Amino acid sequence: MSEQLVEFLQQILNGLSQGAIYALIALGYTMVFGILRFINFAHGDIYMLGAFAGYYLVEKMPRLLGGDPTLAKAAAVLFLAMGICAGLGILIERLCYRPLRSRPKLTILITAIGVSLFLENGGQYLFGADPKSFPEIIVDQAFEIPASWGALSSLTILHSQVLVFGVTAVLLFVLRFIVLHTRMGMAMRALSFNPTAATLMGINTDVVIAFTFGLGSALAGAAGILTSIQQPSIDPLMGINAGLKAFVAAVLGGIGNLPGAALGGILIGLLEALTVGYINPTYRDPIVFAVLILILLVKPSGLLGKSTAEKV
Amino acid sequence: MRIDRGQIILLAALVVFGIASTFGGSMNPYYYDILIGIGINVILAVSLNLVNGYTGQFSLGHAGFMAVGAYSSAWITIAFGYVLGTSFFATRTSFVLSLVLGGLAAALAGLAVGIPSLRLRGDYLAIVTLGFNEIIKGVIQNAEPLGAQRGLGGIPLYSNIFWTFAVAAITIYVIVSLVNSTYGRGFLAVRDDEIAAEAMGINTTKYKVLAFTLGAFFAGIAGGLYAHFKQFIHPEGFGFLRSVDIVVMVILGGMGSTVGVCVAAVLLTILPELLRYVSDIPGLPAWMGQIADNRMILYSLLLIILMITRPQGLFGTARLGRKK
Repeated sequence: MSEQLVEFLQQILNGLSQGAIYALIALGYTMVFGILRFINFAHGDIYMLGAFAGYYLVEKMPRLLGGDPTLAKAAAVLFLAMGICAGLGILIERLCYRPLRSRPKLTILITAIGVSLFLENGGQYLFGADPKSFPEIIVDQAFEIPASWGALSSLTILHSQVLVFGVTAVLLFVLRFIVLHTRMGMAMRALSFNPTAATLMGINTDVVIAFTFGLGSALAGAAGILTSIQQPSIDPLMGINAGLKAFVAAVLGGIGNLPGAALGGILIGLLEALTVGYINPTYRDPIVFAVLILILLVKPSGLLGKSTAEKV
Repeated sequence: MRIDRGQIILLAALVVFGIASTFGGSMNPYYYDILIGIGINVILAVSLNLVNGYTGQFSLGHAGFMAVGAYSSAWITIAFGYVLGTSFFATRTSFVLSLVLGGLAAALAGLAVGIPSLRLRGDYLAIVTLGFNEIIKGVIQNAEPLGAQRGLGGIPLYSNIFWTFAVAAITIYVIVSLVNSTYGRGFLAVRDDEIAAEAMGINTTKYKVLAFTLGAFFAGIAGGLYAHFKQFIHPEGFGFLRSVDIVVMVILGGMGSTVGVCVAAVLLTILPELLRYVSDIPGLPAWMGQIADNRMILYSLLLIILMITRPQGLFGTARLGRKK
């Protein structure tokens, strides 16, 4: 392998592992949009809360979760953080969004921006504005494939990257199972297809919406933990950028479409990594937004989405 | 030519600000700073109100237009300020020219944002305008002649009470007269029911683009005033949070109420300064002081509570609270 190829593969690999994180967050945006037709601006901040939940779990329960990292402890941190995020997501829906459900969209949008700002600044107040170092919950090792015999450059695959791919794949399959093969999943699909008809068929709208928020928030929480394993510096504002990128991913894939969100996440991750590697790191954010604007202008329904006509 | 009441008020205001400005030099610099801040925020909030309040297009990128205006006008005075000479009138002429050119540059950016807005509404538009804000910031961060990441300094101090409040008065006059004119009713029609407006023969496309362009023009001038007051500008000062500041002013005042928005702009400029005193009160629990130090916690709570209890804002008439 030539050095350029190794370099390229390395960027692709980094892009994929970042993309997996975006995919997990984007799924939450897309599920909520599919059912309520609104963008939960605060979703990126749930991801931040996931990372902090993991941090404080290890901090406050040193005997159970601290000490030498084992896979069981890492799994426990992951599941607990997902549970905490699910609870928070349901709480936010109950307190802030449910009272406004019948109001115009703009009201809910502004509320969502308010919730997002509240979580960010409340986080800065509670956790402190300085970045915190996430505890080591798995032993990260690098697996190196040299470019050629004796060459200096090599393709580095981190254990944490493999873990991110693995966990993301498992979560995607679980989600697919829930949505396609359970009663609750069927109710979710019915509600997103036609809310009025679904209600007439005896579906409890409140429960299904709460479940959707819980599910999406749990995935965002998992994304928070997985990011922190790779980049152990966490701060209360980390959700803004990740949330926006994941939103772009959801739109790119076609908002409301679950496989689309996963695909969009991966593509945005790759685009970012290639921009950083080959163009200029400072263009990382603008280029993602340029993609968003392009998609909305050229194909607003996204890559996998179906275009719908607006009824008068 | 018939002179109406609005024009008389505008003229009177300009004279008052001209006189007030001569006392500006003897003012406590701290109060002076807040006063100019109020003027600039009034311009920003009133111009955003044209887009968000009267036309009903939710823009989250007003600080981006402000950045375009600030950087263009600052660059023009730095690069070409000497052309007209250094006498008092020459520098003031070049200042006004740079403000107008900065405003036009921002208006051009507004046009560029207005065009995608034709196809988008609600949440999408909010995100796209936010994206434009980030793109503008990103471009400035990479533009070496504009100081890139270091910020742009060495801008001459030209803004004072007269210029700031004269522009604020003109902004209010233009936007109020526009919206109250027969032509301007189109903005309200687009907000209230786009489809019905179109059916009545209103060119909704034109109104939306006009709202964006005009809103951006005034935001650009506000940026120019800001640049020539602070004498140093940095891309981070024109980010998402600055846009949110302006949006909160519009929402608190009430979308579609110029009086309300002006009051909110004044209140929210003074509020952080008052909170500074709150955190210094002896005997207050430490956590209250810390919350007072972080105005965004209060802003965000204000947004949520306002939306749940009084979505039309303090003075608003926009029918946000109406059930669909």
